[in-house]
Amino acid sequence: MHTGFLTIYWRDMLRFVRFKTLLFTSLVQPALWLAFFGIAMSNNFERLTATLPATPGVRTIGYLTFIGAGVIAMTTLFTSLFGGTVLLFDKNWGLMRETLSSPLPRIHIIIGIGLSAMTKSLIQATVIMGFGLLLGVQFFEGYTPAQLIFSLFGIMLFIGAFSLGFLFLSAAIAITMESPEGMQAVITLLTMPFFFTSNALYPANSFPPLLRALSTVNPLTHLVSGIRYFAIGSDFSSIGLRYTYTQGEVLVSFLALLTFAAIMFLIARWRFTKVTVT
Amino acid sequence: MQKGSVKIAGYDLEKEPEMVRESIGIVFQELTLDRDMTVREILEYHGRLYSMPKAVREERIDELLGLVELEGKRDTLTRHLSGGMKRRLEIARGLMTRPNVLFLDEPTIGLDPQTRIRIWDYVKDINHEGTTIFLTTHYMDEADQLSNRISIIDHGKIVVTGSPWELKNALGQDLIYLETSDNWSASDLLKKLESVKEVREKSKGIIIMVNVDGTRLLPEIMDKLRNGGIKIRAVNLKKPSMDDVFVHYTGRELRDTGTEKG
Repeated sequence: MHTGFLTIYWRDMLRFVRFKTLLFTSLVQPALWLAFFGIAMSNNFERLTATLPATPGVRTIGYLTFIGAGVIAMTTLFTSLFGGTVLLFDKNWGLMRETLSSPLPRIHIIIGIGLSAMTKSLIQATVIMGFGLLLGVQFFEGYTPAQLIFSLFGIMLFIGAFSLGFLFLSAAIAITMESPEGMQAVITLLTMPFFFTSNALYPANSFPPLLRALSTVNPLTHLVSGIRYFAIGSDFSSIGLRYTYTQGEVLVSFLALLTFAAIMFLIARWRFTKVTVT
Repeated sequence: MQKGSVKIAGYDLEKEPEMVRESIGIVFQELTLDRDMTVREILEYHGRLYSMPKAVREERIDELLGLVELEGKRDTLTRHLSGGMKRRLEIARGLMTRPNVLFLDEPTIGLDPQTRIRIWDYVKDINHEGTTIFLTTHYMDEADQLSNRISIIDHGKIVVTGSPWELKNALGQDLIYLETSDNWSASDLLKKLESVKEVREKSKGIIIMVNVDGTRLLPEIMDKLRNGGIKIRAVNLKKPSMDDVFVHYTGRELRDTGTEKG
């Protein structure tokens, strides 16, 4: 029974690779987002911030690179938050009844779906980074191979923890709601505040106090900061502002993501115990 | 669990639910399949959920696909199966773990006669190999054909239990239906006969339950009535079916008359 979650994982990944069109769009869409939004916005931002003084001695990166991390984080957020909808479809029209009446412990369902969302997010992140480098995103500039591996590892850890957290939340919502339309509405409602109160597209320092407070507890902010730290560096400037990250701050961010994932797991587990098979 | 205690395959339902889950198979009334998985994958998923080792899984899948005659559909997505095939797949799935107890909920509902008979054959085979089967059905002929023991449930309570033969026999052997010129007198007259167990008035005639062979008794009854000056308009002889048993114990016609109230 301790490998039961692998069964759930196997089935979800089967679904992911079976339908070539869905697989293709899920990988291409974020890349396109980066390309169109990123290039269009970065040209405008560069023009607006060209007159701001650059901090001497600190590396300056373009807006495209700045939001590169934001696009990766946004994609992970969407994939993870929508990742739980398969459970709702399964509950209404699929195999959930059979799964719940089997000896499989229910947390294995949560863990299995969590791992598959994590796998999909990691694949998507890799594709976005690869595509981004082609577009001119200044990730990993001047890194030695060792540093590159270390950075990739760090990014994967952050994405992994983040995707688990939001997937667990998605699973809790999915197993509670009755209709997919309802669930999609709830999730769309959730994504907006998470996305726009984070530092994905713009610096959080320039927020009014309330939004700034929200951004510090926003897991998306921590994910974006982590990716920027690993991919760009601990000290750089962009669109007129200087960003520094200490190792302590990065560690705090990671712990914040783990804590978020743990809390969401408990909520999902609680919701799953409430489900009955009819 | 609301009241009382339940033991399935020797395990207490309340105290050892996991052991119960491992000993039973269930085929639900509603089709519980994934349209995007193949026939083989549906069985594989089930086997994995029940921690079957890979070799046993593979072997059992081959065996069961043969049993329900779906070998040719092994790699077909379930969305391309007909209703009968889906049901056969579900039965194969219920048997994957060779459960001690199998619950079948309306297994042949909505199926054509050929598929029904095939499924009845599978069920009988499984039963002979040692699986205890709990069958829920609204088809009286199905219950009659397949069961060793039948319980009739009405308003959530068990009304009567017995073997098919016992239940049908409790009605007396045969039923004679008569429409006469004077049903009341006919009824009075016939009730006095020794071989007549019961006479029930119906809307247009009377039903006589007899405890001897109706084919021999009928001419005698008709003579008696004629001698009593009663004209016979219609006659029918029926050997009791499970439907008759059901109606007898629940007081409801299975056909939709619209005027009967349960």
